[in-house]
Amino acid sequence: MKNDIKSSEITDKKVYLNRRLFLRGAALLTTTAATGLLYRKLNPPPVEKPKGDSLVTVAKSQSSDAARNGFTTNEKLTAIEDITNYNNFYEFSTSKQGVAIESAGFVTKPWNVSVGGLVNKPTTFGLEELLKFQQEERIYRLRCVERWSMVIPWVGFPLATLLEKVEPTSQAKYVAFQTLYDPKRMPNQSTGVLDWPYVEGLRLDEAMHPLTLLATGLYGETLPPQDGAPIRLVVPWKYGYKSIKSIVKITLVAEEPPTTWNIQAPNEYGFYSNVNPNVSHPRWSQAEEHRIGESTFSARNTLLFNGYAEQVAHLYDGMDLRKYY
Amino acid sequence: MKDLRFSKFILFTNALVPLALLSWDVYRHRVGANPGEFMTRTTGIMTLIFLMTTLAVTPMRQISGLNWLIKFRRMLGLFAFFYGFLHLLTYIWFDRYFNLKSIPGDVVTRPFIAFGMTAFFLMLPLAITSTSKMVKLLGGKRWSKLHKLVYVAGIAGALHFWFFVKSDTRLPLTFGFILLLLLGHRLFVKFYPPNTSVPQSSLIPRK
Repeated sequence: MKNDIKSSEITDKKVYLNRRLFLRGAALLTTTAATGLLYRKLNPPPVEKPKGDSLVTVAKSQSSDAARNGFTTNEKLTAIEDITNYNNFYEFSTSKQGVAIESAGFVTKPWNVSVGGLVNKPTTFGLEELLKFQQEERIYRLRCVERWSMVIPWVGFPLATLLEKVEPTSQAKYVAFQTLYDPKRMPNQSTGVLDWPYVEGLRLDEAMHPLTLLATGLYGETLPPQDGAPIRLVVPWKYGYKSIKSIVKITLVAEEPPTTWNIQAPNEYGFYSNVNPNVSHPRWSQAEEHRIGESTFSARNTLLFNGYAEQVAHLYDGMDLRKYY
Repeated sequence: MKDLRFSKFILFTNALVPLALLSWDVYRHRVGANPGEFMTRTTGIMTLIFLMTTLAVTPMRQISGLNWLIKFRRMLGLFAFFYGFLHLLTYIWFDRYFNLKSIPGDVVTRPFIAFGMTAFFLMLPLAITSTSKMVKLLGGKRWSKLHKLVYVAGIAGALHFWFFVKSDTRLPLTFGFILLLLLGHRLFVKFYPPNTSVPQSSLIPRK
């Protein structure tokens, strides 16, 4: 017994001698751990993609003239991890990494899209009805105004199919779109970072163009919340912000409708917003782009109309694209 | 603050934690879909944090009377410059793809780049003259006059961030507000000197 006590006394003495070192070590460890945790909190790691339902599609992207129509491309697809962890969707977060986290669990059932305005048959479509339209895969390039781009295998149907159902009248010249406004479900709508709800618009001929898609999925599954679930617009020859997400309302109108980013900064974002390497944005030259997933040592040249000039350039014949940016 | 060397070591280690974690994330490919943008943003924010912390030393001393805070100012300032340098590198790499010839034209066309460059090149002479030898060489008065440039660097840095964001101005506004407080305190002290005999701040770092 006595020996045991003695040995513990020796240890105590050692601790005592090394007390200074221990305290220093503890101070160093706790402060660096705190700094590290703070850094991690400000820079959260990417999250797993939520599991979607698989969608039945007709494989139009494989058909012989799909490439000629711009419906597909043989460029390398962007990884789904990147498509679902790098999003501009201000309704959830202004951090592109944060959208996936904030939008997790976003409920999209039930969901209705009301289509009205200058039409003969105004209709409210339930999501189930929209999913009954023949869904096809479209592999499109997506060019963000922030100078990055992706290649995304969308699933969806042409907007024209929907518009034909409601029969636009002869007065209808434009199509206006609106995102859901519900700050309880889209938490960042309670801030004033944008003029909510998000609105977008197209000229009727742009809206009727076969490339203009209402997307319900990507990579063969229903859209994840962060990519605009349950239904979004995809206009591949325009900057990404034109492709409005989580649509609840489509209205045919006679005049050019207001659009969110144009309201925010009219000198930076025009109504047309066609991808154009020759017209610079005040903060980004649009001549080049970084394709997500590719080497960071070189850039790609941005193509006029994002490479869809053959299909869409005729829509803008005689228009000064510098004036109508 | 008896154990100054160790306290400085703690500050030094902590200041390197963000860089260490960033490097680790880059190594493990955990920097998101756009690593260039991620590194640019992180180093930029670190630069602003260190700039603001450096500018906070004098007001903190005057308010709290903790005069030993001055002993950490040089290191804080040098870290602001260090992260600013890394931030400049991310711009040269991910924005200019090492095409150095394109930089002057870019600075002229994009106001927020011009503000960033201004902030960095104002910090450069301050970093060079940060050693005690340089303080002696320049003389305390001239040295402290020169180092007043840090105020301009702070303002340019905050404006650089403000003109960069698209619509969510909350973070740039926060930095702007902090800067306003820090510079405002100096003006206030200048026009309304405190009655109490708080030791006058000597700008010359002491050993």
